[in-house]
Amino acid sequence: MKKYTLTINNHKIQVEAEPDTPMLWVIRDYAGLKGTKFGCGMGLCGACTIHLNGQAVRSCQTPISSVQATSKITTIEGIASSVDHVVQQVWIEEQVPQCGYCQSGQIMSAVALLKANPNPSDEDIDSYMAGNICRCGTYVRIRKAIHTAAQELKSGKNKTVKSTR
Amino acid sequence: MSITQVHRRDFLRSISLSGTAFILGISSSKASEATEITNLSMPAERYNLSPYIVIEKSGKITLFNSKPEIGQGTYQSITALIAEELELSPDQYTIQQTGGEKQFGAAQFAGGSFSVRSSYFEMRKVGASAREMLLTAASKQWQVPVSDCFAAKGKIIHKPTGNSFTYGELVEKASTLEVPQNPTLKEAKDFKLLGKSIKRQDIPLKVAGKAVFGIDAHLPNMVYASIAHCPVFGATLKEVDKTETLKVAGVEQVMEVERVFGVYKSTGVAVIATNYWAALKGRKALKINWDYQHKDSFNSHEYTKTLHELAKNEGVQDASIGNFDEAYNSTSNKLEAFYETPFVSHSPMEAMNCTAHWTENNRLEIWTSTQVPSDVMRDIPIHFGLKTEDVTLHTAFSGGGFGRRLAIDFIIEAVNLTKVLKKPVKMIWTREDDTQLGPFRPPTFSALKGAISAEGKLVAFQHKVISPTIMAFLNPKNDKTQLDATMTEGISHQQYEIPNLKNLFVYADIHIPMFWWRSVTSSTLAFSHECFIDELAHAAGKDPMAFRLAMLTKDSDTKRLLHKLKEVSKWDSPLPKGKGRGVAQWEFFAGLGGHVVEVTKLSTNSVKIDKVYAVIDLGTVVNPDTVKAQVEGAVIMGITAAIKNGITFAEGKAEQSNFHDNPVLRINEVPQIEVHILAEGGKTIKGVGEPGLPPVAPALANAIFSATGIRVRKMPFDIDKLV
Repeated sequence: MKKYTLTINNHKIQVEAEPDTPMLWVIRDYAGLKGTKFGCGMGLCGACTIHLNGQAVRSCQTPISSVQATSKITTIEGIASSVDHVVQQVWIEEQVPQCGYCQSGQIMSAVALLKANPNPSDEDIDSYMAGNICRCGTYVRIRKAIHTAAQELKSGKNKTVKSTR
Repeated sequence: MSITQVHRRDFLRSISLSGTAFILGISSSKASEATEITNLSMPAERYNLSPYIVIEKSGKITLFNSKPEIGQGTYQSITALIAEELELSPDQYTIQQTGGEKQFGAAQFAGGSFSVRSSYFEMRKVGASAREMLLTAASKQWQVPVSDCFAAKGKIIHKPTGNSFTYGELVEKASTLEVPQNPTLKEAKDFKLLGKSIKRQDIPLKVAGKAVFGIDAHLPNMVYASIAHCPVFGATLKEVDKTETLKVAGVEQVMEVERVFGVYKSTGVAVIATNYWAALKGRKALKINWDYQHKDSFNSHEYTKTLHELAKNEGVQDASIGNFDEAYNSTSNKLEAFYETPFVSHSPMEAMNCTAHWTENNRLEIWTSTQVPSDVMRDIPIHFGLKTEDVTLHTAFSGGGFGRRLAIDFIIEAVNLTKVLKKPVKMIWTREDDTQLGPFRPPTFSALKGAISAEGKLVAFQHKVISPTIMAFLNPKNDKTQLDATMTEGISHQQYEIPNLKNLFVYADIHIPMFWWRSVTSSTLAFSHECFIDELAHAAGKDPMAFRLAMLTKDSDTKRLLHKLKEVSKWDSPLPKGKGRGVAQWEFFAGLGGHVVEVTKLSTNSVKIDKVYAVIDLGTVVNPDTVKAQVEGAVIMGITAAIKNGITFAEGKAEQSNFHDNPVLRINEVPQIEVHILAEGGKTIKGVGEPGLPPVAPALANAIFSATGIRVRKMPFDIDKLV
């Protein structure tokens, strides 16, 4: 066991874990943040997607030893910027989730996509979001919701929401 | 049904009430009288009271949902049935999921597309009775005629004066009143919630990562478990060397654990650890010697041959109309075809898991995602020799179900562990476990025959199903010489007017665990049946839509559905060159759906799926947007089942293990989907969750034929490399 300091959702936490422990289990069972989900354990489904320094990564493929104390880890519970907020609101507006299990990962990927590409085409969405599986089949709505979020961000509907970053 | 006021002493232990409360529920001593809706299969188990409404003096209102939320939207739709009649808006009540408590009876399950249709009148009556009692209470308080009062947004209002009482203020008075047994239900034109696309109350939780699924249960001093099962079905455990496992930091112990599912029993090796990663590492370090019991020779290739061989048997009769043999033999334009379908996995995103705590004083508490709270509370106490009152179940949100969570094998496993450990244990299957261990949807093979008259009419038709059966797997006493109607589902119940028909079933033995899967046998039989109808249409030289409609001269829901499909898909407008379209419909226990699929031919043997037009016939709709979501999902799941790998066996085990070799459709593969709902009233309310699935594969295969001339008779089929 080794001691690690992590910054998750702007909170510093101390964790004692084996170096190869995936961040997925650290976040869920050590930090107690259950919104990040286990889906496949092989980086195939995207249910465990988090942001590491703003980049979408699969937490099941990210061992704790690879994460610096200063690395900024953001989970579904910690997203609070304007983009995140709009995406979550649009997800409600479009009634995207069914069972909802994959949706934390879908939203984390969608936020990262919109930050990198504020005006994605259908093809951009398809290629960026292809790493996130939804067995309920909410894809049609995910696509629509990302377009709507892009529109709302562009038209400045989000201006009332202050970024916390 | 009689609606009853519930006395507090009878009430659930799971709810802590603050002061006086008005609690209304159903006394099901006459449960059968509640079945105003046809085709209900409400189990006859007796129970006393189902308190669906709790109004506390403080004003807090709780409505109970007895149908687990597995993605299909019951959290909103079931409670909306009560809220509509009780005049509550969606933000005025909290929702509590029932946990198989005796009071809520044996119908606490989500399956068979039954939830909304089986609750539609019953839940509304409960709400309406409560409304009438609150109205009476207010009128007595004010000493005014009831007719001068009305209910709105959680209040009773006196029309002439505008005075009002909140429901909480009326609790004490209302509790003393007699319960009306035949309350007046609202008229549809006055609905504020039903028939409207009301936003689901579970969705804000789900986009914030706050919805609690079974896997999210967390208890103090909890340990974690991962179980090594033998992937060869029917194997037994010979010996296990746990030396290396016990060296893994965090591993506490290794123990044997039994999995029970239907006639299938197996022993696995569980690794118990302080964290799940340690349990997984410890499991990898196990050295296990299994005795395969000669089951390691089982493979899909041989099994396919067996089913082909069995097709030569006459089989048992499913249905017969006219004289098939005579009509078939005396007609010259005849067609025969053989169709195959695979095993498939359910693969819900949340793999099977269960957290359980067997305490020192022999009480058991369970946290899990399940479709069957009633079954859990019936079977777990029996299996473990506990009294029902000593078992508590917490039904969490399910990360998908699709039928898999109708089984409780994984719950039994977790309870087996905590029974020994006497501390809370969270047992989680890996994705590999979930993919490889079953239960799987059974394959069905179909031998079909049809004869076309000189006038181009279908005069003789036969669908013979050759398959293993779920019932034989679930029930050791199942008589395998008899028809298992669950395996011929729908083939004799389509509305086509065919004068001579003889449908048959041939039983095939197997030892692989099998189970219900979204739309079950209809998901495979609709493929063979509706593709063959298409083949017959072409043999008759008719347009496939016209050929079907010509066999529907009488008024029927199917006829109406096909007309709607024809209209919305603009069936009669010619498609550009290189495109094709196909149609299929299916009526079965869950309801009725139909699709038109459009494809583009990319090469001589590949297509792209452009668009799916879907029509679902419901009679009555509760939440149109939820229905659309369900049909979109069913279409996508149907395409996955049609064109992705499925499960195959070699050396006794599933060859696939995770989403790389058992893929499901991803966003870049999804066509446009346009959903239309037929909700034009009628006597029966049809189901939502499943009917959107069965017609997908045949409509797609028929579209492929139309675009390429290639007739697909085997699922799965590769749309990039058609044969």
